[in-house]
Amino acid sequence: MSQTVSKKDVLHIATLARLKFDDEQAERFTNDLNNILGYIDKLNELNTDNIEPTSHALDIYTVTRPDKAEASLSNEDAIRNAPQSENGMFRVPKVIE
Amino acid sequence: MSYEPVIGLEVHVQMSTDSKIFCTCSNKFGAEPNTNVCPVCLGMPGVLPVLNEKVVEYTVKAGLALNCQIRSKSVFARKNYFYPDLPKAYQISQYELPICEHGYIDIELEDGTQKRIGITRIHIEEDAGKLNHEAGCSLVDLNRTGTPLMEIVSEPDLRSAEEAKAYLMKLKTILEYVEVSDCNMEEGSMRCDANVSIRPDSNAPFGTRAEIKNVNSFRNVERAIKYEQKRQEKVLNEGGKIVQETRLFNADTGITASMRGKEDAHDYRYFPDPDLVPIVLEDKFIDDLKAWMPELPDAKLARFMSEYGLSGMDADFLVSAKAYGQYFEQAVKAHNNPKAVCNWIMGELMRRLNDKQCTIFEAGISPENLAEIVKLIDEGKISGNIAKQVFDETAETGKKPADIVAEKGLVQNSNEDELEAIVKQVLDANPAETERFKGGEVKLQGFFMGQIMKASKGKANPAVVAPLLKKLTS
Ligand SMILES: [Zn+2]
Repeated sequence: MSQTVSKKDVLHIATLARLKFDDEQAERFTNDLNNILGYIDKLNELNTDNIEPTSHALDIYTVTRPDKAEASLSNEDAIRNAPQSENGMFRVPKVIE
Repeated sequence: MSYEPVIGLEVHVQMSTDSKIFCTCSNKFGAEPNTNVCPVCLGMPGVLPVLNEKVVEYTVKAGLALNCQIRSKSVFARKNYFYPDLPKAYQISQYELPICEHGYIDIELEDGTQKRIGITRIHIEEDAGKLNHEAGCSLVDLNRTGTPLMEIVSEPDLRSAEEAKAYLMKLKTILEYVEVSDCNMEEGSMRCDANVSIRPDSNAPFGTRAEIKNVNSFRNVERAIKYEQKRQEKVLNEGGKIVQETRLFNADTGITASMRGKEDAHDYRYFPDPDLVPIVLEDKFIDDLKAWMPELPDAKLARFMSEYGLSGMDADFLVSAKAYGQYFEQAVKAHNNPKAVCNWIMGELMRRLNDKQCTIFEAGISPENLAEIVKLIDEGKISGNIAKQVFDETAETGKKPADIVAEKGLVQNSNEDELEAIVKQVLDANPAETERFKGGEVKLQGFFMGQIMKASKGKANPAVVAPLLKKLTS
């Protein structure tokens, strides 16, 4: 079967997703992903001319709500789960732009 | 070697809705940190975003005002990246199927000609939170998370920093007219990124571009683009190559600096958001909004020139903010002297707006009262100088101009006998000047008129005084 995903691709995507794989894992995921993509490739055998790309399988559209503001959480509740907070804000390691 | 800059702008505009885009938290600016937040905008697992209907309405209004085609079907997508101001680790945006496409704005260039700037697309997305950088840590406030944004992307049609500024100002005016945002660059409700590249001449292919972030005032848009243009020219003239990168503009130093380590950041892995179904717009929805559209700046400008006989410059000023035009027309309705009303708005009223830092309808002087002042001048009841005094008093007290004039005895004096006495008195008090004036020194006319006005406490009618002065000195 053709290799559509290289180990380099896997490591790149892992970096973007903040995941760390060792060599053995990277090999395995490369293999798995190629298998999955190979399986999905079968869909290419179908004739999809004149078929609009589908983003959602449900036949519902334009679900909206009125523009009305309601009560939010208290600040205490909002930051309750934060490992660290300060002045009502979430405290995180320094990020530099 | 000289180069031509090629500029495209990406403008983020916060919509002035009551609630956020996908939850019912308040969309008001300036609350205590993390008090306008809920499980949806905090990115808690298991929540379901539901689209605010006003967001669709506002974006379509903007799209129509910017001459766009409105897509009957558009889709939300997830833009994936990690940053502490984005709690879900993805931003809900639109990618392949934005709601508006293929629009344009006509801007006026310095030589008076018009230039059409293409608008590639307008898409809907959610704003991120705000980071406060402290020593050793960053503090995250998620009140802004989920503020509805429209991102308006221009074609790379702009060829100078001045054109970019003109485009932005026109964009702001149009969006204010359709009431979708307050477009306050200083408060961040309108933010701009600029894509800048340079090329040797206007036939050469586009050069490699840099994306300049964080440009937060009209002046800084000009400064940032001019700086970037110079920087790229220097690189090329020294035999270097421009690298495609994101650069941050620093308003304090006026320079742009590379945001290193962001190379990966553009790999956003967009995919359709499964939580949100596509937006499908019916023709009636779009037609109703077309019918709602107010008169836009270009049309209003043309009408003000033809209907009121105003100059292009005057009309341009009056259409630069929707409220100015409204104020003007209300005043002209009360007293039909468009040119004089316009002068008073551009002069005294704008001075007061600057002093008080308020809007035109908050300045304490209603259009009807301003019209009354102009009317009192036109009827010869008060002089221009007295009118300024009446203007200030009306603005401070809210009293009717005619009442102030009556109360304070400010009515212009047109009584020939009384004025003749004043003119004589002034001539007697200035014998040397009187001799020179009689001897033909015409420029002393102003001096005498000033003295006579002073002696009459500003009440002398100049139209009566001038012939008297002539009679008594010849
Ligand atoms: Zn919320």
